[in-house]
Amino acid sequence: MLNTYDILETIRMIQDQCLDIRTITMGISLLDCIDPDIDRSCEKIYEKVTRLAQNLVKVGNDIETEYGIPIINKRISVTPIAILAAAAKGDPVKFARTLQRCAETCGVNFIGGYSALVQKGYSAGDEALIRSIPEALAVTENVCSSVNIGSTKTGINLDAVRLMGKIVKEAAERTADRECIGAAKLVVFCNAPEDNPFMAGAFHGVGEPDCMINVGVSGPGVVRAALAKYPDADITKISDIIKKTAFKITRMGQLVGTVASERLGVPFGIVDLSLAPTPAVGDSVAHILEEIGLERCGTHGTTAALALLNDAVKKGGVMASSKVGGLSGAFIPVTEDAGMIEAARCGSLLIEKLEAMTAVCSVGLDMIVVPGNTPADTIAAIIADEAAIGMVNHKTTAVRLIPAIGKKEGEELEFGGLLGSGPVMKVNANSSSKFIARGGQIPAPLQSLKN
Amino acid sequence: MRAVVTVIGKDTVGILAKVSSICAEYNANIIEVTQSVLQELFCMIMLVDISNLSVEYAKLSSSLDELGKQMDISVHAMHEDLFNSMHRI
Repeated sequence: MLNTYDILETIRMIQDQCLDIRTITMGISLLDCIDPDIDRSCEKIYEKVTRLAQNLVKVGNDIETEYGIPIINKRISVTPIAILAAAAKGDPVKFARTLQRCAETCGVNFIGGYSALVQKGYSAGDEALIRSIPEALAVTENVCSSVNIGSTKTGINLDAVRLMGKIVKEAAERTADRECIGAAKLVVFCNAPEDNPFMAGAFHGVGEPDCMINVGVSGPGVVRAALAKYPDADITKISDIIKKTAFKITRMGQLVGTVASERLGVPFGIVDLSLAPTPAVGDSVAHILEEIGLERCGTHGTTAALALLNDAVKKGGVMASSKVGGLSGAFIPVTEDAGMIEAARCGSLLIEKLEAMTAVCSVGLDMIVVPGNTPADTIAAIIADEAAIGMVNHKTTAVRLIPAIGKKEGEELEFGGLLGSGPVMKVNANSSSKFIARGGQIPAPLQSLKN
Repeated sequence: MRAVVTVIGKDTVGILAKVSSICAEYNANIIEVTQSVLQELFCMIMLVDISNLSVEYAKLSSSLDELGKQMDISVHAMHEDLFNSMHRI
């Protein structure tokens, strides 16, 4: 029989340490919904998505009851809509409204894929779609958008970076009455993964099969609790403890993904080995770093501690899952992490430090609130910096900034739910306009020439 | 299919009886029981065969939850595979 200690450990993880499956995301290809008539294309999308995902929420809830493990989100990702917009003439926002209807019918809380991949330049449909993002995010509630503006292989499309600076700001302005939520649903990527189950950046890449299930796990609280038992362990031992814990967390993700894919009759894609925080007490990545020995997240030593954490999570997780993908690493979204929020409020955590942290962990500058009067070119320059880190280091980086319209440093935005809340953070006031205005393509780095 | 039922809480009279009567009511066959009382804390783990349940599994699970609330103890039923996948390679 199972060992009593093991059983109790699992139960404690779920009940006291916020262990959960963060998301089951169904990726759906819309390539067969392409049509020169935009209305016809929208009909095909609605039919296909609601047919394939009709049982997604039910199956998720069933697994949750049966296995006793909370599954927080059920979501859908689709083929980047810019590809469909390229063939169909008309207002791309129609696609966003269709995706919103799909989300409502299926009961999912987010649908991602209002996206364009423009790392080397715009093709038909890309620019129109990007320019429609602020409106699309303002008129819909559950649609998420992402734009890939760079990669190690192609370099960085500075024209697109410049445009995205404006789009991020406009997305916030158009939803200024709703805590600028538009910008929280928009991610700007470098090296975007095609099988990422996490929002807001999830989309279903063109190399993916027609339909598949990807799973994102969570569990910062479990890691912290495991570390708390060893206050005097040396750092090698700390890494080992994190590895073992990550293994257990990921096994659970693998199990849930396998069961969900069987029940939905859809192939199982990947487990995203992630530590994804929530604003709930005891579910914070920053608190893990503090448990490792930092007085406050953001102080000197944070980058090193995070590098160790991120590496150990991957090492533990990779053996626990047959297929690993997505973003896979520790997330550091400021407004979604109780410890990060505290650190940002008290001035310990600054944007510059966060940027350094993104060089050694998953994702990038995520859920950071900046002053509403930050110039679009400065936002673009922040995107360019972050993309450069991703490009040179062969990793995914992303930027999700929320310009708090009408607010300045020290004030706060309050999104509620998983998106949390956060203080407006200081941004360097010196201009980057001339650099951004140059436009063109930052050439691919030497690292890309591996053949 | 088998489920693991765990009961943790302050030791009181009749915990085992009440949990097993719910199992019997829904035709869940108890295969194995281990229990211990550490100081005042009662901890019981049951392995239950639920392949011939007379009701939906969700009903068994919610009845056990309900019992837990009434007796102010923690009662949970979870699929055996969860523990196997987490703790066995």
